[in-house]
Amino acid sequence: MLRDITLGQYYPSGSVIHRLDPRVKLAGTLIYLITLFAFRSVEAYVVATAFLAAMICISKVPLKFMMRGLKSILFLLVFTSIFNLFLVPGETVVRIWKLKITDAGIETAAFMAIRLVYLIIGSSLMTLTTTPNDLTDGLEKALGPLKKIRVPVHEIALIMSIALRFIPILMEETDKIMKAQMARGADFESGNLIQKAKNMIPLLVPLFISAFRRANDLAMAMEARGYHGGEGRTKMKPLEYRRRDFAAYLILFGYVAAMFGANRLGIVPALF
Amino acid sequence: MEIVKARKLAFEYVKLDEEGRVESRSRAVDDVDLDVQAGDFIAILGHNGSGKSTLAKHINAILVPTEGTLFVDGKDTRDESKLWEIRQTAGMVFQNPDNQIIGTIVDEDVGFGPENMGVPREEIWQRVEESLKAVGMWEYRSHSPNKLSGGQKQRVAIAGVVAMRPKCIVLDEPTAMLDPNGRREVIRTVRELNRREHVTVILITHYMEEVIQADKVFVMEQGKIVMRGTPREVFSHVEELKSYRLDVPQVTLAAHELQKSGIPLPDGILTIDELVEELRKVREA
Repeated sequence: MLRDITLGQYYPSGSVIHRLDPRVKLAGTLIYLITLFAFRSVEAYVVATAFLAAMICISKVPLKFMMRGLKSILFLLVFTSIFNLFLVPGETVVRIWKLKITDAGIETAAFMAIRLVYLIIGSSLMTLTTTPNDLTDGLEKALGPLKKIRVPVHEIALIMSIALRFIPILMEETDKIMKAQMARGADFESGNLIQKAKNMIPLLVPLFISAFRRANDLAMAMEARGYHGGEGRTKMKPLEYRRRDFAAYLILFGYVAAMFGANRLGIVPALF
Repeated sequence: MEIVKARKLAFEYVKLDEEGRVESRSRAVDDVDLDVQAGDFIAILGHNGSGKSTLAKHINAILVPTEGTLFVDGKDTRDESKLWEIRQTAGMVFQNPDNQIIGTIVDEDVGFGPENMGVPREEIWQRVEESLKAVGMWEYRSHSPNKLSGGQKQRVAIAGVVAMRPKCIVLDEPTAMLDPNGRREVIRTVRELNRREHVTVILITHYMEEVIQADKVFVMEQGKIVMRGTPREVFSHVEELKSYRLDVPQVTLAAHELQKSGIPLPDGILTIDELVEELRKVREA
């Protein structure tokens, strides 16, 4: 069961988007999400859809992979849609028993659903095209200015990359402990939720102890190799903007401008 | 020139109880004198709990002596201002390959040491290439360490130390968690480094086969150095080694048993070829 968890679902296809600087992709995703929630008109959403579709095409990642993320929010999606449909006040369109569906309700539900779906697909696109490593590097560099207000950016990025390195190791270890405990008669499958949680104790205790031991070893190994914080450190693979990154920023700017333009057109003022 | 010089070195582990009072003291290293010449291949042997790992951690200044002194390349390890210089002079490879690899990609991990030292970028790449080639892992530079075998991981860890251009490498039981193939790979790599790059090697182990190639062997027991000499000198005292719960290489043991049953063989036979040669001489005589 723990083996199913995958972090950093990178899909290598070597497209232009894959090769972009992670900062561009981070900024792009953030801007895209903001525009999704800032605008609320049919025209703007046509632009947003076209932009997302174009990016998916360029990325060469099969649509199937993007859709995977939707499964996890399916419940949320249905839930918010139903609430919006019935609870937003407006002119009644359909009446079922005591509940009524309003025009404004339909409109809000539709927009919310589209927003959520695009949000998931948009951020999946980023994680599918960026290796976890690039992502942490990008974050470290992008959050660099926060160092001035004493945010330990370098440390956070290091913690993230160490976590990424140890996830598969700890996963393997969990598997090993699980098998060892099962061989001693431990039961991880049956019982209700509370029972199951209690049964996890013989798994979690050795796992934690081993994780602490590893952390201790790693800290010693890092010190032995001269690690003394981010001060005076050089970077082996520093992030540098290339021409394609500037082009990507231009396209992003173009997209935002198009969103503003489309929103102003006002051909379709509202759905109803 | 002496790269490591220990005089009356002692280290005490102090166990405190819950109120912070001293509950017990144990001397992990006791009254050790050690001289290692630059360019030597030194092996330190000892059973579990003999203090050999504790001694190793002193050379990298992870631990500092409670009594006595330790000089690494002329620098006192108790001098905190020299700490990073010492760690750069004496690199350290640990037992568990998984717990000492920091990078998520092989080349990034090798670059970690030089990055910490503030080496300029072009030079880091140059050093990474050199050291990965020196341990024969250059083809794996863009792999994830998780996909490598134990022996390969340990070679990456060695490359990570080599990239810091240390004068001396301390290996603390680098083969304890490896299979026989991985063990051979690692020992071959270390020996090559010693011969070609003239890096001083201090190998800590309890596998007898690994110390045959060493220039000098030190045997530790209860924190003290109890035997020292060339492998041949040390292995000629089979009974004494047994009293320290150490085995001798199988060939040496066979020769010793033959000797005890009356066949006139010399002491300290280390290889199969030597034994065959000596037995041939005995038959001719």
